[in-house]
Amino acid sequence: MSLVSITDVRKSFGPVEVLKGVSMQVKRGDVVAIIGRSGSGKSTLLRCINGLESFQSGSISVDGLEVGNGKTDLRTLRRYVGMVFQQFNLFPHLTAGENIMLAPTVVAKTLKGEARHVAEQLLAKVGLEGKFDAYPSQLSGGQQQRVAIARALAMRPTVLLCDEITSALDPELVNEVLRVVEQLASEGMTLMLVTHEMRFARDVGTKLVFMHAGRVHEEGPPRELFANPQTPELAQFVSGLN
Amino acid sequence: MIYQLSFGDLLPYWDVLARGLAFTIILTAVSTVAGIGLGTAGAGARTFGPKWAGYAVGVYVELIRNTPFIVQLFFVFFGLPALGVKLTEAQAAFLAMVINLGAYSTEIIRAGIEAVPKGHIEAGLSLAMSRWEIFRYVVLKQAFMKVYPALSSQIIIVMLGSAVVSQISAEDLTYAANFIQSRNFRAFEAYFAVALLYLLLAIAMRAVLRGIGRLVFPKV
Repeated sequence: MSLVSITDVRKSFGPVEVLKGVSMQVKRGDVVAIIGRSGSGKSTLLRCINGLESFQSGSISVDGLEVGNGKTDLRTLRRYVGMVFQQFNLFPHLTAGENIMLAPTVVAKTLKGEARHVAEQLLAKVGLEGKFDAYPSQLSGGQQQRVAIARALAMRPTVLLCDEITSALDPELVNEVLRVVEQLASEGMTLMLVTHEMRFARDVGTKLVFMHAGRVHEEGPPRELFANPQTPELAQFVSGLN
Repeated sequence: MIYQLSFGDLLPYWDVLARGLAFTIILTAVSTVAGIGLGTAGAGARTFGPKWAGYAVGVYVELIRNTPFIVQLFFVFFGLPALGVKLTEAQAAFLAMVINLGAYSTEIIRAGIEAVPKGHIEAGLSLAMSRWEIFRYVVLKQAFMKVYPALSSQIIIVMLGSAVVSQISAEDLTYAANFIQSRNFRAFEAYFAVALLYLLLAIAMRAVLRGIGRLVFPKV
């Protein structure tokens, strides 16, 4: 059974229809790389999955929870759906450790000591042991993004959404973040990534989705799609990258 | 004509000055805490609260910011008794000050709240936080960090503006000066001394506020 099930989702911003009937199935443990030109609706789709955007028609469900239409409390849904953003969005008035501890203590009512222990473990996992007391402004972009990943993981999500998480990073910092994501993938975490890192999409992804003009234009195993695109749009997109 | 300065004539009234200074300090301290509390609630209502609450706060803010403080004070002290609300001079002074600072700080804190990047709120939402939790744990401290200098200035302005409460005979520092010069006719000395005390108080407050800022906010 699919963990994330998206059926014929349509979404408009005013008169502009951004998603024109998107359907997609994501199984547990899948690493879905969503690629496409800017404006093709990739990020909007991702934001619909955890309810940051509403949509007009169609349905999305995550682990049996129906998104939107007021059927499921969004806060319940969001405990199972983590998200990492392009701009990190760390809270600047809190240290790295406090950023990670905030939701577990406030939302999940975990005790401070236990939350701190988990935060330290997660920081170690993303290669930032010893940075517990550092403020975001004292960290590099790559380090900030790794803290943001740890922060999302602290709520033990069943699926993690990554919205262009390396696009705001200097080129030399991209790999340290991708390595963390790759490690998560190898541990079986279900991931949906909007990304421009094609090599990563090909090597780590279990499934590639090419979005074009508000639709899923082509999808399948990444290596096959990259080697042998079936549509001229994907062929052009892939060739334009190199 | 040469005026002979005689600050010595103030000495017998040192206790009046001290009491006035103490009243001004307490009045400022209490109305700062209560006024900023009120302003925080107002700013929260205008940004994170329901629409009707936002409108209600908007009316309050515009009413206070577009009328003179002395009229607000007179309304509280002379006007409210008509409605059966009788306050002492000191009570009226405290109330008027809190209402006044509440309105100004609402707008200052609101500016801080609106300067918090939308992405931080989305990050909070994505972590399953409620709007109240986001306001409380993500937005508020950042907002205060951003507007702390403006808020500090407003507190000093309110302290200086508190001189007006002497007009309803609340016994503040300015009241003390009025009292002294009415007794010994040393107007220049009395007001000079009080002006100096206000100046020193303002300088001391700035230092204290800066210190509090250093203590409370991380250096980012």
